[in-house]
Amino acid sequence: MADREAVEQEERTSLAEELGVRIYIMGKEYRVPAGLTIMKAMEYAGYKFIRGAGCRAGFCGACGTVYRKEGEYKLRFAVACQKLVEDGMFLVQLPFAPAPRVSYDLEKLRPTENVLLKLYPELARCVACNTCTKACPQEIPVMDYIQAALRGDIKRVAELSFDCIQCGLCSMRCPADIKHYHVAQLARRLYGRYLAPKAEHLAQRVAEIEAGRFDEELDRLTRMGKEELSKLYEARQIEEGVGV
Amino acid sequence: MITSGYPDSMRELIALVEATRPERLKTSPPRMSAKEREEILREWHPDYKAGTKRPLSIGPSKGELVPHEVADLLEAYPLISPEEVDLSQIDYDVDVLIIGGGGAGTVAALWAYYEGIKPERILIATKLRWGDSNSIMAQGGIQAADRPEDSPAIHYLDIMGGGHYTNKPELVRALVTDGPMIIKWHESLGVMYDKNPDGSFVEKHGGGTSRMRMHSAKDYTGMEIMRALRDEARNIGIPVVEFAPAVELLMDDRGQVAGAILFNLETSQYLVVRAKATVLATGGFGRLHIQGFPTTNHYGATADGLVLAYRVGAKLRDMDAVQYHPTGVAYPEALVGQLVTEKVRGMGAMPVNRHGEAFVYPLEPRDVESAAFIRECYGRGNGVETPTGMRGVWLDSPMIEELHGPGTIKRELAAMWRMFNRFGIDMAKEPILVFPTLHYQNGGVEIDEHGWTGVPGLFAGGEVEGGVHGKNRLMGNSLLDYNVFGRRAGISAARHAKVAKLGKLSLEHIVAYSKMLAEAGINNDRKAPLLLPEYRGERALARSLKIRI
Ligand SMILES: Cc1cc2nc3c(=O)[nH]c(=O)nc-3n(C[C@H](O)[C@H](O)[C@H](O)COP(=O)(O)OP(=O)(O)OC[C@H]3O[C@@H](n4cnc5c(N)ncnc54)[C@H](O)[C@@H]3O)c2cc1C
Ligand code: SF4
Ligand code: SF4
Ligand code: FES
Repeated sequence: MADREAVEQEERTSLAEELGVRIYIMGKEYRVPAGLTIMKAMEYAGYKFIRGAGCRAGFCGACGTVYRKEGEYKLRFAVACQKLVEDGMFLVQLPFAPAPRVSYDLEKLRPTENVLLKLYPELARCVACNTCTKACPQEIPVMDYIQAALRGDIKRVAELSFDCIQCGLCSMRCPADIKHYHVAQLARRLYGRYLAPKAEHLAQRVAEIEAGRFDEELDRLTRMGKEELSKLYEARQIEEGVGV
Repeated sequence: MITSGYPDSMRELIALVEATRPERLKTSPPRMSAKEREEILREWHPDYKAGTKRPLSIGPSKGELVPHEVADLLEAYPLISPEEVDLSQIDYDVDVLIIGGGGAGTVAALWAYYEGIKPERILIATKLRWGDSNSIMAQGGIQAADRPEDSPAIHYLDIMGGGHYTNKPELVRALVTDGPMIIKWHESLGVMYDKNPDGSFVEKHGGGTSRMRMHSAKDYTGMEIMRALRDEARNIGIPVVEFAPAVELLMDDRGQVAGAILFNLETSQYLVVRAKATVLATGGFGRLHIQGFPTTNHYGATADGLVLAYRVGAKLRDMDAVQYHPTGVAYPEALVGQLVTEKVRGMGAMPVNRHGEAFVYPLEPRDVESAAFIRECYGRGNGVETPTGMRGVWLDSPMIEELHGPGTIKRELAAMWRMFNRFGIDMAKEPILVFPTLHYQNGGVEIDEHGWTGVPGLFAGGEVEGGVHGKNRLMGNSLLDYNVFGRRAGISAARHAKVAKLGKLSLEHIVAYSKMLAEAGINNDRKAPLLLPEYRGERALARSLKIRI
């Protein structure tokens, strides 16, 4: 009897050690092992995600998470799939941001100085508090791109915002109700469509293909069997140069 | 437990990598001969491992070898039964239904619209949020033969050789011929590809290419394309229903596919969609964790499309070949399986073993490169072991900075640098540890060059279909694939919808399928599609009760 109690006691202690991290999912305590991401820790605790998990690799912005640590006054931000759990985290996910976007016709828009402001007039309300930048899990200088948008510098907005995963955390924090990531998306498309120089070699190649320049060669290749093809393949000239 | 940076045991080995770096910057192991490639594949690629596949016992591709994990889903009973659903109450009545809101689905919707279908007559139904997909995760790039020193014919040859001549020629031809047009379309949509000051694209090599034709947008290529496509579809106002996966295709009494049953994941309600044409764009199967491998794929990559298509009589092909990406993260544990883009090797990072030795040409085709890593770790005992017992090889990323100048990694591999940096590893200064990870479904639903599956009313594009890549896909050809065949499937579906006449809706095909399963002696506790993988902790699951609340 005493033996069993001792064993049980030991099991409990080793479990407590193994599950050394206390997290609070929407205020409720769970114990999880160290070394897990917030996402995996929540799953470990028994949550099955429907919302709040997409790519699971830091690219889609589905898992935006807000947390505060015990004893800290600061609110912090992360993507749950890319952040390790820490002891005493109070977690809540924000899997959706009610930030309406404006529809537009890219063909009709022009990359003028006031186009961003025209579609998103609330840009003018920015008070330069930098809260958006602090909220960004991608560490993008969000305020700087909003300031660039105000100045009508589309190229700068496009470049600064390029790594945006559109999680919406910035827009949930902004006292001026700016829809940062929609403004940024618009700027990038305007830049790509109108400001970036066009690729002439591409236009030329498309014209050649339309004119049927490669048809005969492709006819021949598509009829070839493995043996003939593999001879050609092994004899390919490999262009010198760097990989991706 | 170490949760940030490398433990001492690994740091010691990093010193060996640093010691050989100056020498390795000067030379690289040679490419393998055709014979060597064949041998290493046979001996070390997971596809050749005995006991991991079985022939399908029923259905249109009966007898074909597929991984057990896939067979388990194809030889499984439907989630719903016809008595449960009222087909007379139609929730969405559309011309074109698109199942899957990743790249292929979004492209199909756009081209169905360009082909003359009104936006409100199109519906995209997707499992997670619109864009939560493999498409948004692609890092490295997209191929298209648009430089003067390149041609669609050379691209064709690279693909056929890479696929070991098992590809369907007319699909490859469509891929290489449409490629440049697709990039031009993207350019007009404002996709910010990496360009030189004169407007020409920055194009590089990828594994198995003979010309530099990889277009990229930093290492966020997939995200940049997906964002722009989705934004355009939003401008047009194409309706989308999220968190509503298709759980079954609908047919009519004339044997045509006529829509789908969707399942609202949040309310558990079903929805009936009647559609004159249906496009399957559900992507791949990484989350099946074939042979227990970790995966690079998004949460919803569970092969649902294969299951749905198979039940209405579509054929599958090349499902015996699975793509493992040679460079999945092997350390830190929290990132295991996530992708290290091929661009890292492309820019000069060399695979190195625990002794600091280079052992393989860095840009062999993916299957060959993966096999070489597995041999190094498990055949020759030259792998690096992590504290959790995982083995991997180094990818000597600091070489990139030596070759292209300091700051290159942070600038051109921003996503990669950020990912490792979040876990205390600076890949510009320290090598990273990698091991093959389950990456891509080479095969899939058989289609013709118009994206038609051979079943009336059902079209497919993207990773769910097979044949384009044969038994091995080259990097950069699947982003192209989802664009080329998403587009072709969208156009074909639009044309079909304009003339199609639907009969009475029916779910008889799943009754027949279940009967077939029963006759083959298959137990009815197996259900499919899977919809979402199970990652809840064992301890939590052991105590879970099925009480309805
Ligand atoms: C990490 C990573 C990196 C990659 N890098 C490259 C690269 O550099 N170059 C390249 O060419 N390729 C790359 N690929 C491959 C390429 O991204 C994919 O093959 C391609 O994007 C697939 O597009 P898709 O639209 O067919 O599938 P997906 O983009 O996966 O879209 C499928 C969609 O369907 C949804 N869905 C699934 N089941 C259902 C259902 N039952 N009902 C409704 N919806 C459903 C999914 O949730 C998803 O949103 C990469 C893939 C990954 C995972
Ligand atoms: S800019 Fe805003 S939406 Fe984009 S990643 Fe940062 S916080 Fe998220
Ligand atoms: S949070 Fe809003 S108001 Fe503050 S700097 Fe950012 S955009 Fe401006
Ligand atoms: S799940 Fe996509 S960013 Fe975390």
